[in-house]
Amino acid sequence: MSTAAIIGSVSGVAMTVVGVWGGQYLIEQRTAGVVWKTITALLLIGASAVGILITVPRLPIVNESIRNLFFHVPMWFSMIMVLLVSVWYSIRYLREPSERLDVLAHESAKSGIVLGLLGLATGSVWAKFTWGAWWTPDPRLNGAAVAMLIYGAYLVLRGSFRDEQQRARVSAIYNIFAFAAAIPLLFVLPRLSGPSLHPGQTGNPGFNQYDLDNTMRQVFYPAVIGWILFAFWLTQVTSRFAFLKLKHDEN
Amino acid sequence: MRPETEPAPVPLLREISTLLAKDFRLEWRQRAALGGLLLYVGSTVFVCFLSFSLRGGTPPPPAWNALLWVILLFAAINAVAKGFMQESPGQRLYYYTLVRPQAVILAKMLYNALLLTVVALLGLFLYTVFLGNPIQNPGLFVANLLLGAVGFATTLTLVSGIAAKAGGNGATLMAVLGFPIMVPMLLLLIKVSKNALDGLDWSVSQSAVLTLVALNMIVGATSYLLFPFLWRG
Repeated sequence: MSTAAIIGSVSGVAMTVVGVWGGQYLIEQRTAGVVWKTITALLLIGASAVGILITVPRLPIVNESIRNLFFHVPMWFSMIMVLLVSVWYSIRYLREPSERLDVLAHESAKSGIVLGLLGLATGSVWAKFTWGAWWTPDPRLNGAAVAMLIYGAYLVLRGSFRDEQQRARVSAIYNIFAFAAAIPLLFVLPRLSGPSLHPGQTGNPGFNQYDLDNTMRQVFYPAVIGWILFAFWLTQVTSRFAFLKLKHDEN
Repeated sequence: MRPETEPAPVPLLREISTLLAKDFRLEWRQRAALGGLLLYVGSTVFVCFLSFSLRGGTPPPPAWNALLWVILLFAAINAVAKGFMQESPGQRLYYYTLVRPQAVILAKMLYNALLLTVVALLGLFLYTVFLGNPIQNPGLFVANLLLGAVGFATTLTLVSGIAAKAGGNGATLMAVLGFPIMVPMLLLLIKVSKNALDGLDWSVSQSAVLTLVALNMIVGATSYLLFPFLWRG
């Protein structure tokens, strides 16, 4: 492992931690948060528009469809981020149970599902035009499907309780357990299983760091930040709505 | 966890061995359940044999492999499902006053691992008798099978605890909750078992086997940490 790789992974971990902390802060924010929401909107609109308009390097197989990098990949990044936030809320719930933390964990997981479905949809359309099939048995695609199934199971589990505290505790446990048992492997398995059609994998031009030229990078990173902020925004709105519903039911 | 007035806490290992002995005794007293499980495996294998004999002979190795793991997966779900579900809430409360929750989960995982090892070995035996034996590297295959049995046991034990809390139709909920978590493990197991079928060298499967071992440890450790919270309710 080279020094650059070590620095890269350490800064990746640091950014993830900052993201999870910042995400909690933004989701639970009491004020309107005009500034960061404006930035989010500008980043999303800007990155999408520029992503469609700029000239991109022509690589075999992917061709113009390389623009999906500005949509598909940031969606997965933001899904992982908001799911991490959800797991962190579940851990906090187990340490000191409160209805609030349960609602926040649930709503973050739901945002993660929305972004995961968006990621699947963009990936599937891309695959249809590049590989000629909506779905292929590729390790990454399987991993994405597994992640969706896990969170589907999470919702089913939540639905099968009548007692609210019981539901909150047990679903927090499942959330943590499923995340720890399956999600890390979804990153490991594609690396173990060898050849793959997915861009960035062996024998395929794609979005890995060597192919990513500088202009693309300047659009890609803002898009990632924009989508992650969007996930937090979405969670903030839905959790505020859930709190209002709770309050309404109490009265 | 334990009341302060207790003079000397019983060592964890003793609690585990007592609970393990209790589980074995219970299993022996309800032999019908164990017999049912073994018969389940046996009849599934026989149904597969009959279905393939219609086309004359044994299935091709990839189908042989996939079918074996599907049979083992469903047998494992059925075997583990009854663990926590047959205990009444009153019984659970009684254990709660006696032992640490860590002892309960470790004993249960150990017990399920032993049970599934027996089921897997018996399943493999029947399977090879009825559907032929295309395995070219038996050592790796059996080692992988045992790793799979232990992995299924560690994953499904906590899941069965969760499903038992939800009440109602436990086995269905267990399948819904358990399958997605087990898919990565299953993929690795099927891959190694395919390598063993093809008689590939051990070094080809090394990284997958190590990942499986690591996965078992992660799942075991997470269950150990989370179970006390599950039990408290």
